[in-house]
Amino acid sequence: MGVLTCAAAITYKPLQRVFFRQPIRGDLQSKAEVVISDSAELPRKSRHFHHNTFRFFHTIMSKRKAKDAHLPIGECINQVHQILRKRFCHQQLPDKPEGLEAQHKHLVELLKRTAVHGESNSVLIVGPRGAGKTMLLRSVLRDLSEETEVQKNLLQVHLNGLLQTDDRIALKEITRQLHLENVVGDRVFGSFAENLGFLLDALKKGDRSSSRPVLFVLDEFDLFAHHKNQTLLYNLFDVSQSAQAPLAVVGLTCRLDVLELLEKRVKSRFSHRQIHLLSTLTFSHYLDRVRAQLSLPDGFPDGKFVEEWNAAVTTLCEDKSVVEVLQRHYNSSKDFRSLHMLLMLCLSRVSVAKPAITPADLLDASRLCVADAKANMLHGLSILELCLIIAMKHLNDVYEGEPFNLQMVHNEFKKFLQRKSSSLYNFEQPVIMKAFEHLQQLELIRPADSSSAKTQREYQLMRLMLDHGQIMEALQKYPQCPTDIKQWAMSAFA
Amino acid sequence: MHQSAENETCAPAKSYPRKVVFSICAHIQQREMSPPEPVFVTPAGGGSEQSWMAGLLEHPGYDEERLRRVSEQLSCREVQAGLLLSLMGQPQQYCYPSLFIYGHRASGKSHVVNVFMKDLELPHVTVSCVECVSVALLFEKVLRSFFGCDAASLLPRSPSLSDFVRIYRQQSSQSPAKQTRYIVMEKAELLRDADVNLLPALLRLQELVKDNVSVILLSEIVWDKFRPNTGCFEPLLLHFPDYSKGELQQILSTDRHPSYSAEFYSSYINILLGVFYPVCRDLRELRHLAALNFSKFCEPVAAGKVKEMDTHKLWKNIEPHLKKAMQTVYLREVSSLQWEQMEEHESGALRGLSAHTHVELPYYSKFLLIAAYLASYNPARTDKRFFLKHHGKIRKTNFLKKNEKTSNHLLGPKPFPLDRLLAVFYSVVDSRVAPTASIFSQISSLVTLQLLTLVSHDDQLDTPKYKCAVSLDFISAISRTVNFDIVKYLYDFL
Repeated sequence: MGVLTCAAAITYKPLQRVFFRQPIRGDLQSKAEVVISDSAELPRKSRHFHHNTFRFFHTIMSKRKAKDAHLPIGECINQVHQILRKRFCHQQLPDKPEGLEAQHKHLVELLKRTAVHGESNSVLIVGPRGAGKTMLLRSVLRDLSEETEVQKNLLQVHLNGLLQTDDRIALKEITRQLHLENVVGDRVFGSFAENLGFLLDALKKGDRSSSRPVLFVLDEFDLFAHHKNQTLLYNLFDVSQSAQAPLAVVGLTCRLDVLELLEKRVKSRFSHRQIHLLSTLTFSHYLDRVRAQLSLPDGFPDGKFVEEWNAAVTTLCEDKSVVEVLQRHYNSSKDFRSLHMLLMLCLSRVSVAKPAITPADLLDASRLCVADAKANMLHGLSILELCLIIAMKHLNDVYEGEPFNLQMVHNEFKKFLQRKSSSLYNFEQPVIMKAFEHLQQLELIRPADSSSAKTQREYQLMRLMLDHGQIMEALQKYPQCPTDIKQWAMSAFA
Repeated sequence: MHQSAENETCAPAKSYPRKVVFSICAHIQQREMSPPEPVFVTPAGGGSEQSWMAGLLEHPGYDEERLRRVSEQLSCREVQAGLLLSLMGQPQQYCYPSLFIYGHRASGKSHVVNVFMKDLELPHVTVSCVECVSVALLFEKVLRSFFGCDAASLLPRSPSLSDFVRIYRQQSSQSPAKQTRYIVMEKAELLRDADVNLLPALLRLQELVKDNVSVILLSEIVWDKFRPNTGCFEPLLLHFPDYSKGELQQILSTDRHPSYSAEFYSSYINILLGVFYPVCRDLRELRHLAALNFSKFCEPVAAGKVKEMDTHKLWKNIEPHLKKAMQTVYLREVSSLQWEQMEEHESGALRGLSAHTHVELPYYSKFLLIAAYLASYNPARTDKRFFLKHHGKIRKTNFLKKNEKTSNHLLGPKPFPLDRLLAVFYSVVDSRVAPTASIFSQISSLVTLQLLTLVSHDDQLDTPKYKCAVSLDFISAISRTVNFDIVKYLYDFL
């Protein structure tokens, strides 16, 4: 409850200020100041509050048709960064989960049944990374928290498979999140089940008949399946099935085969309810999403700037080259994360001098996103190292991918040098060895077998971790690459 | 400049911070110049550096004076620094949750990031993964630098990620981030060897701790090699390309000693790059080599034999010297100190430096090693031809045609049984030797010296198998000392 009053206090503050300043009607600058001073405070508050504040602004602004409010361009850009960065980098929740309405409704109803009627449930949300699993759950919880009955009743425990790496840690965390450290005290428990049962018992109300419902959220659910004996999962599912206490278990995972990981006794206690987030997004929807992600909300202080910005975004999304780039991205992945990464790179170029995203920005950003990292690394190799890579490529071609050792590479290189009869690249074996080791350090080549401690370094068998295309591409870009080396790369006999 | 804490683990002769390089220069020069002048360390950004300052960094939200100072320190990295700064945004805005910066060694990754963090006074912690042998050290360091010692002392013994995140959240709710906090991880490739959950958790730390925090990973290995099996939050990738030759020249020329003219020093750097650039593009290594060899370059000038402008004569003087350096000090066969001492004594006995001639073996051990080498590199069926006086009617031409294509010197040594070693040994040694215990003990001491390796398991007592683990150069040197022409007995060189 303390949180709620605090939120109310903050949301009411701007109201007072704006009304206070209202008599000075003609003074545009001062009104702007009100807005700015408030927005400057925003990052200190949590996302939730900020959300409320914006909703609030939205209502005030639309009421008063505050189109006349003009901010200096620097402030506008500042605000744009603030809002969009929150969206791209902080995964700010959208107002409603677009494209996932059905799943959203399903999950809300399910959890409401637990929260209101005390019915136990278990469900898995399965979807690839960046598909919006967490976003879905968070927006469901946000909507639930607006209902007072649910809010009063429901306790939440959030666990993450990355953090709670074994059941002992998980149990400690559960105790902490249920605020039961004092109740547990120094008590010693015989088994995990006993401990969990005690925790859930402690939540029962005075009359010991009705217990408060608890929602367990297990992020990275598949990692919990690796815990010893799957004790935590077993107990949670067991409680949720046997009506000991109202309990909802929501698991989030990116593994489709997650049920295969569960032991038989765990699996049989699971409700087998799964919500799949397999995106069926079409390209036109994808374009809409890009536009929506880049657009500014109506609550933005400067109405004119918003209009201009949103119009610019719309024209951007209609640009031919942009559509082409987006199509390519759409074909490779349609999740939110990779889109956010692309748009973040575009956003970073927006400045006072250039207050809009241009197609060129998007093209550059996409080039950065899809750049081949290994080709980038090849660009910085010395000419000797590059020659060794080419020799390895030829060996791979001749021996059909059989592993090679330094002597073979050196021999291949020497053959090339003999044909050229130039002493320019005539290096001694140790120097070549050093270059070879550098390649190994960069993991461009890797030992073929791990048990090679006993063989001499020059006879250790290696495999090349690059493909033909990457090498040729790197050669094209290589600064001042001698022509004879280029020819050699084309053909082993040049 | 540009030295980052990336390389301390390597050989002692490798990385010197700038000041040390200077003092080496100064030290060397002081010996030659009379009277010794006081040493000036030119501050970065002074003098000639101004001329090639391309663009100053600009970003709202930062102090202009500070940005100017920062951009003076980031010569030749303007593009990357600009991109990084624009991604970081204003201090209070959100940055992308995790950035992955990759590029070759000494391409200014740590330098750029550290200069930003220090000179812009952003809340940050820089962690080298080499130092963090346990995650506890990492957690403690992060908590201490963000929230002070009290927070770090809250960590339990052998803390888990869960503890860390719990304490971080607790602390950050008390003192929320007014500016983006940065965790900089140097040599991030070592995170792969740590706990499997550490890297995925760090990548989405912002979400886990619900604070404005961003993790910057620095590595010279591409991101593809980091991705865990089930995927993780993808960081934003940034590539720092290698310095071009011109840029290297520029940066190296700034280390000039004030008592020599800029042209003189840059002509020296030019010659140095001419020798080393095809082999090595590591700025740190080049800078070290430049500091080591400069005294030699100055010698004829100091002696008055050559004028400063006579580049050709200077080149003639220094070039063989630099080639010598490539074979010794570049390969760490001699330490920098030894190299300097060699310069003083002008002994020129460089051949004697490598491991080949250091090994002093008993007479029979030498022959045993030769026999082992022959047994390893010759096929067993050719023994007859080499060691029997009347070896029947094997014609040389037929004999050679078989298996001509793969030489054993490419494939490496083959294992051989003890019997064969002894048989070859008795044929090559000129006097009659009895198979005494002394001979056998010499074999096992050769194994201890790692000149031979035992291939078969230790439990095979009657027919142990060995492999010879020395190079052709080494064995040639050994056989020269006993007047044995080994090349005549090697099948590969018939």
